[in-house]
Amino acid sequence: MSFNLSEYYANLSKGDILLAYKGSITSDLINDILEAVEKRLEESNAESRLRKKIYNVLVESLQNLFHHIETVHEGINEDLDPKFGVLVIERENDFYKVTTGNFVNAKRIKFLKEKIDKINSLTRDELKDMYKFILNHQKLSAKGGGGLGLVDIARKSGNKLEYQFYVYNDTYSFFNLTIRI
Amino acid sequence: MEPINIEGTPKTPSIKFDPENGILEIRGRSIPENSIEFYKPLVDWLDNYAKAPVTKTQVNIHLEYFNTSSSKCILDVFKKLEAIHKAKHDVVINWYYEEDDEDMLEAGEDYESIIRIPFKMFEIVD
Repeated sequence: MSFNLSEYYANLSKGDILLAYKGSITSDLINDILEAVEKRLEESNAESRLRKKIYNVLVESLQNLFHHIETVHEGINEDLDPKFGVLVIERENDFYKVTTGNFVNAKRIKFLKEKIDKINSLTRDELKDMYKFILNHQKLSAKGGGGLGLVDIARKSGNKLEYQFYVYNDTYSFFNLTIRI
Repeated sequence: MEPINIEGTPKTPSIKFDPENGILEIRGRSIPENSIEFYKPLVDWLDNYAKAPVTKTQVNIHLEYFNTSSSKCILDVFKKLEAIHKAKHDVVINWYYEEDDEDMLEAGEDYESIIRIPFKMFEIVD
């Protein structure tokens, strides 16, 4: 097994951490995290615009996790909570780093890679056009997801999305996404 | 028609609409996971209002945040209003954004470029 979840999480939790969580991603959890982070950001000396960007990115990342994580991961030998995900918010010099982690079915990797690579290749204006196009032309899924989350995150952060896929087994990989704001 | 008066919550905005004076106000935060359920009553209500709108409908949007799920529903609301405007009953959208919140201003400009209704941008300065 090449991917070690505990090691991964331990590494992620080093540094100037605002919040670190691993476990079920539920609607209540999202509420609790947003409330806690909002308080911490208010206490920090980050300016209002930055605080809003961080909050927006957090909402979209968490809701992406919420919409896309499978409830049960068959064939994974860890003792995982249902809808298992990882979230770490860290301060690194002048940046805030939001990292999310979740298991993805290997079948989805190609689609995700292509989408993120495409987003990363666009200029600011092209990203705006992509956002407007998807907004105007794609229907919301039954769960309320819209295909806009990653585009919005890229727009708000103003930086490239960094990602890795760590192979876990034949069916699953672990998808790590890092956003710098 | 009965007016709409939906209270705000930590994740959903307040919605007030009085069919008598034609003023629709959406205020607060719109970050529910599934926004379709939340915005459906307003969308249905607008279908009804469209049958007999007042001469000038005024829409005031004061949002602190909205997630991408809401952005689609808000577009649906604007499209209903666009139909009313096209049928020669004036509509104007007043888009409010906090001082220096360029993201929110840009979001208003995104909608302005998609929807054929006059938009006015207002910066809220404390």
